[in-house]
Amino acid sequence: MKELRLMKGNEAVAEGAIRAGADGYFGYPITPQSEVMEYLMAQQPEKRTGMVVLQAESEVAAINMVYGGASTGKKVMTSSSSPGMSLMQEGVSYLAGAELPCLLLNVARGGPGLGTIQPAQADYFQSVKGGGHGDYNLIVLAPSSVQEMFDFAFLGFELAFKYRNPVLILSDGLIGQMMEKVELCEQMPRTTYFDRSWTLTGKPDGQERNIVTSLDLDASRQEIHNQHLQEKYRKCKETEVRYELIDTDDAEYLFVAYGSSARICQKAIQLGRGEGIKIGLLRPITLWPFPAKPLVELAPKMKGILSVEQSAGQMVEDVRLSVGCGVHIEHYGRMGGMIPTPEQVLENLKKLLITK
Amino acid sequence: MAKMKGAIVVDLEKCKGCEVCRVACPNDVIAMAQEVNHKGYHYAYQEHQDACVGCANCAVVCPDGVITVYKVKLSD
Amino acid sequence: MDIKDIIKPENLVYQKTPLMTDKPLSYCPGCGHGTAHRIVMEVIEEMGIQSETIGVAPVGCSVLAYDFMNVDMVGASHGRAPAVATGIKRCWPEKFVYTYQGDGDLAAIGTAETIHAANRGENITIIFINNGIYGMTGGQMAPTTLEGMKTSTSPYGRELKSMGNPLKMTELLAQLPGTCYVTRQSVHSPRNVRRAKKAVRAAFESQKENKGLSLVEIVSNCNSGWKMEPVASNEWMVEHMFPFYPLGDIKVDGKLVNNQ
Repeated sequence: MKELRLMKGNEAVAEGAIRAGADGYFGYPITPQSEVMEYLMAQQPEKRTGMVVLQAESEVAAINMVYGGASTGKKVMTSSSSPGMSLMQEGVSYLAGAELPCLLLNVARGGPGLGTIQPAQADYFQSVKGGGHGDYNLIVLAPSSVQEMFDFAFLGFELAFKYRNPVLILSDGLIGQMMEKVELCEQMPRTTYFDRSWTLTGKPDGQERNIVTSLDLDASRQEIHNQHLQEKYRKCKETEVRYELIDTDDAEYLFVAYGSSARICQKAIQLGRGEGIKIGLLRPITLWPFPAKPLVELAPKMKGILSVEQSAGQMVEDVRLSVGCGVHIEHYGRMGGMIPTPEQVLENLKKLLITK
Repeated sequence: MAKMKGAIVVDLEKCKGCEVCRVACPNDVIAMAQEVNHKGYHYAYQEHQDACVGCANCAVVCPDGVITVYKVKLSD
Repeated sequence: MDIKDIIKPENLVYQKTPLMTDKPLSYCPGCGHGTAHRIVMEVIEEMGIQSETIGVAPVGCSVLAYDFMNVDMVGASHGRAPAVATGIKRCWPEKFVYTYQGDGDLAAIGTAETIHAANRGENITIIFINNGIYGMTGGQMAPTTLEGMKTSTSPYGRELKSMGNPLKMTELLAQLPGTCYVTRQSVHSPRNVRRAKKAVRAAFESQKENKGLSLVEIVSNCNSGWKMEPVASNEWMVEHMFPFYPLGDIKVDGKLVNNQ
């Protein structure tokens, strides 16, 4: 029988992590994601599965605990919200540089600075363009439902270990705080296998020791390492693009929207179609790698494309880069924690793409 | 009392000529060479063959771990 | 007796531990880092825990410590070694985990991570090298730089009113209930090296018994940064550093020693 539960997004991702066999969570409280650690602490996962949960002294410490835990080959994770994610970026760059797998969650809020505690999608650039220093990419998953918050804990760890790379779930305050029905899957066992080609388990007698580092003072070797990373990202781009198409078959206008904005766009599509405007939606599930190919295929059929984001227009740059100049592309969004209504979205589609 | 006699072997190429061993030696066994190694350091060597008692002070204090110490107990 | 008759395997009394790699150390001539590395590795060898030990290297002169210490190691970002060690130890509570950090790493940029790891009683060992200066970046003022001491960023000497006071992190950490064994040692003379090694052993034994955080500060020289000959820098250290950073145990078995 299906195990169904009414949960908050933040609770669902925490439950997902436990059931995905996570070994450790290290985090620091920040609104609107504090329920992640609260839920974990209340669940006492050390009793359920042996998973460790530790409240760190800062986001900086938390990400470095993740770095330490990840170096042992265990499944570790952290979560935060926008200002806290900014604090973590140095550590994220080290994780990517040292090729360590881990799961990161950003339940984004309005910025810049301390900003607001209400939902926003203004951390897109930070998430998909690396975020910290150096040439690297995170695999970025964008859940648009509480179910996906649960599911992406599994997918996130799977991809992190497949590519030995940090995976970021870029959520927002709306998805994190809202409650929906979630279908839970069974508990996965925690791993007992540690690949000695890179994990720190203590140097076995008669074998070479392992060193986990992102440092190489020899520039020529550092370039080779960077080329290796780029090759890994290229493979990831080839195989890991995920997206959803809604009502695109007969569509003349296309929304491109992820996360909570995609939910709002779905309602706007209904309203638009009620008025005879045929709108469809491309919802990127992976923001990196970005679903450029399906977008390129759809674009020539469209009279216009509207990138709907709760930001000043960040993803729209990737939409434009993917599609090029042939199609009319606009951005609509609200900022600072304000959530657009479906009516506003439809109104702006008409204003920016139809009546113009 | 049995007398101890020691000897040291210095890895001349890894010695950085810091002289910390020379100062640590209780019997002034160690001196710095006039010649330099490939890195340009005046390396340490056992100048006085008979004075070493194998106490290993030089090796214990050597930052680069380049000194190996041997010791024998001489019968009276 | 000829020297050749003495130099035989059966007469060997001291050689570099195989837990130090054969790579030449990257440190300046006479720098205490090498000796400090070696005694940590000797203790791990003598305890027979090489296969159960994971070390954390810092940022600073000892950023490449993993090139020389022949155990599984990870390089941390600047100051975060105690957090990285926390992550490792929480994932592998049965393994030995240590950090090796300089004064800039531990007592400036990493103050929060150090204090909180200690306060949580993380069951790790911290080896803390205090030479009162930033060696790697070219001799800038460190949190532990003495009053009046000249560095490249305090060229007229550290002036307390504007530059703040030298920080006694070790005494501070000893006050926290999470620390079990806290001591200050040096490695400039054979006697001090042997004492420091005993202290490192005590620190790892303390970790073995899950007693909480153990910390061995090693007051060391930086002859390049201090602009002195190696032997002269050791003498300067004895004369100037030790009065402010006195050697000896500060906390043993969770109890403060004497008037600390």
